[in-house]
Amino acid sequence: MSDDAHDIQKHVRSYMIIGAILLAGTVLTVLAAQIDFGHHWINVAVGLLIATVKASLVALFFMHLISEKTAIYMFLSVTVFFFTGLCVLTLWASHDLPKDSVHIRLPKTEAVEKTAEHHH
Amino acid sequence: MQATTSAHTHGAHAEHHDEHHDQGFLRTYVFSTDHKVIGIQYGVTALAFLFFGFCLVGLMRWQLAYPAQPVPVLGKVLESLLGDVAAGGVISSGLYNSFGAMHGTIMVFLAIVPLAFAAFGNYVVPLQIGAPDMTFPRINMFSYQCYFVGGVIMVASFFIPGGAAQAGWTSYSPLATTIPTDGQTYWLLGMVLLITSSLLGSVNFIATIIQLRAPGMTWMRLPWFVWTQFVTAFILLLAFPPLEAAGIMQLADKVLGSSFFLPTGLMSSGGGDLADVSGGGSPLLWQHLFWFLGHPEVYVLILPAMGIVAEVIANNTRKPLWGYRSLVYSVLAVGFISFIVWAHHMYLTGMGTKISTFFQTTTMIISIPSVIILTCLFISLWGGSIRFNTPMLFALAFLPMFGIGGLTGLPLGFNFSDLLLHDTYYVIAHFHYVVAPGTIFALFAGVYFWYPKVTGRMMNETLGKIHFWLSIIFMNLTFMPMFKQGIAGMNRRMYDGGATYLGVTDISSGMDIGTPQAMIDLNVNISHAAWALGLAQLPFIFNFFWSIGFGKKVENDNPWQATTLDWQTPTPPPHGNFVTPPIVTRGPYEYSVPGAKADFIPQNAPESV
Amino acid sequence: MDIPYTSTPREDTGLYNAKLGIWLFLASEVMLFGALFSSYILLRVGSDWWPEPQSILNIPIGTFNTAVLIVSSVTVVMAWASLKMNRLNKFMMFQGITILCALTFLGIKSFEYQEKWKHYEVWTVDGQNYTGHIEVGDKHNPYFYNHNKLAAEGVEEITFTIDPVKAGSLAGEEDIGVANADHHDHESIVIKTSNIKRLSAFVPAHSTYFALYFTLTGLHGLHVLGGVVVMVYLWLTAGTWFKTKPEQFTNRIEVSGLFWHFVDLVWIFLFPVLYLM
Repeated sequence: MSDDAHDIQKHVRSYMIIGAILLAGTVLTVLAAQIDFGHHWINVAVGLLIATVKASLVALFFMHLISEKTAIYMFLSVTVFFFTGLCVLTLWASHDLPKDSVHIRLPKTEAVEKTAEHHH
Repeated sequence: MQATTSAHTHGAHAEHHDEHHDQGFLRTYVFSTDHKVIGIQYGVTALAFLFFGFCLVGLMRWQLAYPAQPVPVLGKVLESLLGDVAAGGVISSGLYNSFGAMHGTIMVFLAIVPLAFAAFGNYVVPLQIGAPDMTFPRINMFSYQCYFVGGVIMVASFFIPGGAAQAGWTSYSPLATTIPTDGQTYWLLGMVLLITSSLLGSVNFIATIIQLRAPGMTWMRLPWFVWTQFVTAFILLLAFPPLEAAGIMQLADKVLGSSFFLPTGLMSSGGGDLADVSGGGSPLLWQHLFWFLGHPEVYVLILPAMGIVAEVIANNTRKPLWGYRSLVYSVLAVGFISFIVWAHHMYLTGMGTKISTFFQTTTMIISIPSVIILTCLFISLWGGSIRFNTPMLFALAFLPMFGIGGLTGLPLGFNFSDLLLHDTYYVIAHFHYVVAPGTIFALFAGVYFWYPKVTGRMMNETLGKIHFWLSIIFMNLTFMPMFKQGIAGMNRRMYDGGATYLGVTDISSGMDIGTPQAMIDLNVNISHAAWALGLAQLPFIFNFFWSIGFGKKVENDNPWQATTLDWQTPTPPPHGNFVTPPIVTRGPYEYSVPGAKADFIPQNAPESV
Repeated sequence: MDIPYTSTPREDTGLYNAKLGIWLFLASEVMLFGALFSSYILLRVGSDWWPEPQSILNIPIGTFNTAVLIVSSVTVVMAWASLKMNRLNKFMMFQGITILCALTFLGIKSFEYQEKWKHYEVWTVDGQNYTGHIEVGDKHNPYFYNHNKLAAEGVEEITFTIDPVKAGSLAGEEDIGVANADHHDHESIVIKTSNIKRLSAFVPAHSTYFALYFTLTGLHGLHVLGGVVVMVYLWLTAGTWFKTKPEQFTNRIEVSGLFWHFVDLVWIFLFPVLYLM
């Protein structure tokens, strides 16, 4: 990280620009959530993508990660690896079930129909 | 050996010294930020919890050997302290369960981890790397205070109405939240504090090892003990937070009535009605989050112990450790892989074959670096000039005991054999072999080894040897029969000691292990051995306190003739440890260097030596 | 011997101690919030029914709160930059704005929370299911009632003011047993306690959705509060500290700023996940 006051001045400009991008990204996220892509998971993917881009901007520029040393990157990559492992493996574990196992899960329409039955 | 106290201490640093001299008793001994004082605080507190945790199981072993009979002498004490749950001096089922849950919790989180990681780590690591203290001394003090308060909450839970937590140290939902008393809430609050303490401690350790190594102390010149503490700190840093998250969620289930871990369709404990909760939760989620910490946690229990054993072996064989690089890469591998093996604790939860195979594979893979470490330590003995002092005896015993513990883990790691052995006494025997004659022996070795640096006196050798021989005999007599019980199918956590099994008439185990009665009878042998093991600790306890005042004084600052920097300081090291940063010129185990004049060369000896 | 590298970086790592320390701490925080996010994914994927957030949470308020945190992220890094350029007054201004933004965020969050706590869902014995507000006796819009509390207080009936669109479902689902659609805007009905199978405010006990919402935002809120405490402390001590040890103080601002950015970062994920998906 440069100590030079002049360099800091340049960074100040970039902070403002990134800030504006982040605010625009927030508006974009809200608008994108209103669009019907047909499948819900597309909305999820779009939302997470925008969030990841915004988060990366905060991390790289506000937190100065872009000019940070390798040691920090190593810890963070290891952390990201373990976080991914936690999410992926727990999800996999709940979906990989033994053949012929009884797993009662009503699909959404059925659940909703049953509620309708109950009312009439 | 360089002298580190000299006349200029008083001249140049007089002001600095005066500040510290006038700190008074509280600032020097209670609210200290010095890593050595904090290390001792952790050590003494942890040893006290170790003793308390052992007493809990001593009482449990009475109930197992002599079910429903009043505990002699102590039964009356229990009844007066705890009331109805110990009516007539008999340990009731609820009380047995709370002893079981708290024995595990206290031993793992209040005794072993604070002793192995926080106590030894805090005292020794800054000395071994040539640092004046930890990077964040005040956070260090705060870590100890969190640990202490967490421990108080845990112990206090015994005395609240309904008593302590009863759902095992693993605290599975829905049982943990549906037991109507508050013990679980106390457990969760205690855990949050303990986790906070560990997290802050690990930040300190990692930052210290990275930033405060003395000039010349490169990564590959670090004593292997420092490497094990470094990896342990990383494990704690990244594996504990999911348990903290899970603890918060279970606390919400208990206190706020949420259903993070409570499934739809849960019946109330009265039977017949649906429980008054929203449902929609997943009990398996708790298990995943718990074991995500739980498995790396066992490496937290063993790695510092391996580090201590390595230091003691190198010192008492008078030769370098064999395979230093292999040891370093293996400990890094163990730390890394430990994060992706956790569901081998969950083979019986209905996981499918693909995911079970994944976890089985990673579990088998992690045994490779573990075996490499053990092999390097064994080979390090070859050709050594072995000194059989008390720390060395414990370090030597660690090797085969950990070997038994590790090998007996293999059938548990395989999904098909775990189907038979899960939740039986086999599991108890396996993990106790690793932690009790494994880690605890290593910790004893560490106490005997570093005691002279801390106190300036040696512990008595005769008492030490008595302690060792009695301990190793009774450890094996206690835990070996449990393998038999487990293979025969005896479940763990049963308050009646297996009497339930007597009702079964047709037993075909396929192995001629013995009838249920024979297995149940083993409980008596095991209990007697366990109580004898307890008595065997008396020489140690006496020795520990007696030697402070009456032990043989050390003749110099380096009574073990050791090479590492922790032995190149005054005894005990002063505040700030070193007057000026030691300059490290060589590796950590320069014993019996061919062509050298001396038997050993300290790490900071001048280059020309 | 003093502890080295408290302000000056160590040559081979390029870091001073506190910066390494805070990044390590943030790595553990990633695992903490990560575990909660992974719990969210698991519970949602495994659920039979999940509410539509648009009809439960107030999106304009959430968006505004997000903007507030983003602005505070900009001002906190500007505060550090000001110190680097030796402008203490600018620092005081930017740090002050950051603190105000943080307090605004907390204030708005508190408003959102208490609004949930007096919003109810009721399931009746005869199969109706409404969301709305209640009156119990002469208590108008009380907090935290449930069917047990009604029974304990011996209440015989409550007045239920029904939401025009049932909280948690899309506006268009009129034919799916959503009883609200059969009624006119804001109609009030009387429900006898004996006819109530379950009554719950929008609290953690209501459903795993709300349990997750309150736990995730509550933990985040605690971190915001922690950040505020630290920033206020640094703001109040700035004068003396910057005069005596400017480099060390600037580093402390950088370190606390890193924490603050992380808090913003977590919210950048929380907002779309909880409010929009």
